[in-house]
Amino acid sequence: MDIFGHLMDGIAGAFVPVNLMMMIIGVVVGLFVGALPGLGSVNGVAILLPVTFLVPPDAAIIFLAAIYYGAMYGGAVSSITLGIPGASTAVATTFDGRPMALAGKADQALITAATASFIGGTISVVLFTLFAPPLAEFALRFGPPEEFALMMLAFATFVGLGGDDIPKTIFSICIGLVLSAVGLDIISGKPRLIFFDLSGFYHGINFLVLAIGIYGIGEMLWTLETTQGEVKVQRVKTSVLSVFKSLGRFKECLGTAVFGSFLGYFVGILPAAGATPGSLMSYGMAKAFSKEPDTFGKGNPKGVAAPESANNAASTGSMLPMLTLGIPGSPTTAILLGGMIIWGLRPGPLLFQEHPAFVWDLIGSLYVSNVFAVIANILLIPVFARVLTLKFTILAPVIFILSIVGGYAPAQTVHDVWLMLVFGIMGYLMRKLDYPVAPAVLAIVLGPLAERSLRQSLLTSGGDPTIFVNRPLAGFFIVLAVILFFYPIVMAARRRRNRAAAAANGDGPSEAQG
Amino acid sequence: MTVRIAELVMAIALAILSITFMIKSTDGLDIMWVAGKGPGSGAWPFWLSLIMLLSCLATIGRWFKRVTPQSRSSELFFDPHGAQIIGITIAALFLLILGTYYFGIYLSLIAFLLFYIRVMGKHSWVLTAILMFGIPIFLFFFFEWALQIPLPKGVWIPDAWYLPLYKLIY
Repeated sequence: MDIFGHLMDGIAGAFVPVNLMMMIIGVVVGLFVGALPGLGSVNGVAILLPVTFLVPPDAAIIFLAAIYYGAMYGGAVSSITLGIPGASTAVATTFDGRPMALAGKADQALITAATASFIGGTISVVLFTLFAPPLAEFALRFGPPEEFALMMLAFATFVGLGGDDIPKTIFSICIGLVLSAVGLDIISGKPRLIFFDLSGFYHGINFLVLAIGIYGIGEMLWTLETTQGEVKVQRVKTSVLSVFKSLGRFKECLGTAVFGSFLGYFVGILPAAGATPGSLMSYGMAKAFSKEPDTFGKGNPKGVAAPESANNAASTGSMLPMLTLGIPGSPTTAILLGGMIIWGLRPGPLLFQEHPAFVWDLIGSLYVSNVFAVIANILLIPVFARVLTLKFTILAPVIFILSIVGGYAPAQTVHDVWLMLVFGIMGYLMRKLDYPVAPAVLAIVLGPLAERSLRQSLLTSGGDPTIFVNRPLAGFFIVLAVILFFYPIVMAARRRRNRAAAAANGDGPSEAQG
Repeated sequence: MTVRIAELVMAIALAILSITFMIKSTDGLDIMWVAGKGPGSGAWPFWLSLIMLLSCLATIGRWFKRVTPQSRSSELFFDPHGAQIIGITIAALFLLILGTYYFGIYLSLIAFLLFYIRVMGKHSWVLTAILMFGIPIFLFFFFEWALQIPLPKGVWIPDAWYLPLYKLIY
C-alpha cells in the first residue's frame, strides 16, 4: 500500500473511539501541563506513562503523543500571560509574547502562538509522513555495528551540539548508561551492581524511576525554589470577534511561521537539539531577516510566531529518529521509546513492517491531534488564565504524589520509590550546578540496546573493534560522532587562540569562557 | 556554602560514586575480554564508570582553573528561604515514603496532603479536606480497580480495613 493509503488508514484508526478519547484527553492534559510553569511535555509524559497501562499500546502512545503535542501549544500560554515559560521550549516566546500581553494584546499573542503552532504541526507531520517510511526502509540494512555506531552518534550530538559543559555532559551520558546496567546481565545472566545486597536492584533500574525522579520530583523542587515569589497573571479578554481579527492579522506572520516550521523540524530530528534550540534559532532567524529587527523584543507578533511554529515542528521531528531508527530525538521521545519497550514493541525499522497499524495510527493521530489542539487551545484561553493562578502549594504535592505512585506502578516495589526520591534530589542538585540531565535519561533508555549491540558486534568480529569503521555505514556514523565530539574542543581552542591574538594586538583581556 | 564550593563538593562526591561503581563492576565479574564469550559482564559498567571518573577529574581541574561559571561564583548555593522550602519538602517526601511502608500509601497521603496544603500552603480547611480525602480515594479506585495495581497498604495496617472498599469494586 502506498503512503497515502496507509495514512488514510491511520487517520481512520485515530477515530476509533478509545484512540479518539485518549487523544482528546491527552491534548487537554498536555495543554495544561505545558501551560503550568515548571512542567513541560517531558514531565507530563514521564509522570503519566504508568497511567497508560490501562489501555492498549496504540491508544497509550496516541495519548502520550497527544500530551507531547498539547504541551507544545500550552507552553506559550504562561510565556505570554505570566512572562514565565511553561517549559524551556517556550522561552523564546516570552521575548515578544510578554511585551504584547503588557501592551494589552495578550489575546492576539495567544492566537498568533496557537496558529503558528498549528502551522508548525501541520508542516512537520506532512514531512514526517514523507520521510519516515523511506528512512525506516533504509534502516533495515542496519546490523548491530550500525546500531551501536548510531547510538554513539546520538550521544556525540549532546557533546558537540548540546552547548553544555562537556565533562558534565559526558558524566551525564555515562551515568545513564551505567545505571542501565544494574540488575541481571542480559547475556551471562550474572547479577551486576547490586548495592548493599538489596533485592530491588536485581530487576534493574526502570528508566521511568530515573525519568520521574528527575522530571517529576527534581523539576518540582527546582520550580519551588525558583518561583517563591507571587506570579502576576496578565488578564486576557477574548471574544469571537477578537479571535477572527487576530486570525486575520496572522497573514503578516505566515512566512515566518512556515520558515520556523521547516527549521524546527530538522533541528528537532537531532537528539541533542530539539524544540528549545529550534525555537531560539527560529526566533534569531526571524529577527535577522526582518526589515524591522528593532521591533523584536518589544511585542512583534513575528517574534511569537517564529518560536511557536518551530517548537511544535521540532516535537514531531524528534519522533522521526525514534520511530524509524530507535534513537529518540528528545528526552520526551526517549520516554516514549521506553514505554514502547514496556508494551513489547521495539522501535526501529522493523516496527514499520511488524506493526504497521500501530505506526500509522500514531501518525494519523498526529494529524487529528494537531487540529484538535488548535481548537482546544483557543477555546480554553479563558480557563488557562484561572488555572495559572493555582498556588504551588497545591500543584507541588499533586505532582509529588503522581510521581510516587507512577514510580511504584511499573515494578510495584517501594525500593523503586526510594530510588526515585534519591534521583530526584540528585537531579535537582546537579541541575543547579549545570549538569545536563536529558542525556542521562536518553542513556538509561538506550543503555541496554547499546550494550547488546556492542557485545554482539565484538563477538561477531572476534574482539576486533575495527568492525565499527570497516563497515561503510557504521564507519560513517562513527566518523561523524568523532567530529561532533571534538568540534567543541577545536572551537574552544580557536577561541582561545583568537583571544590571545587579540590580547597581543593590545585589545585587552576578555572574559574566560566555560 | 557558595556555588563555587558546591561545584567542588559535587564533583568529588560524583568521583567517589564513579569509583564505587568501578569497584562494584569487578565484584565477581570480568571486565576484560573473555575468550569465546566477548566482553566480560563487568566490562560495560567498569569502563563507563572510568570515563565518569575522568570527567569528574576534568571538572575538578576546571574548578581549580576557574573555567566554569559555577567555579567563579561566590553566590550562596541555597538562599535561606529556598533552602527552608526545599528542606521541608524533602523531609515530607521522606516521611511519606517511610509512612507508606508502615501505614500504607493511602493513610500516608492523607497526612502528607494535610501537612502540605494546610500547614505549608495555609489553604482553607474545606479545600484541604477535599484534596486530602479526594486524591487518595481517586487513586484507590484508579489503581486498585481500573489498573488492577494494588498500592502498598502498610505492614502495620490490617488488610481487613480495606475490605469494605474492596467489596465496592469487586
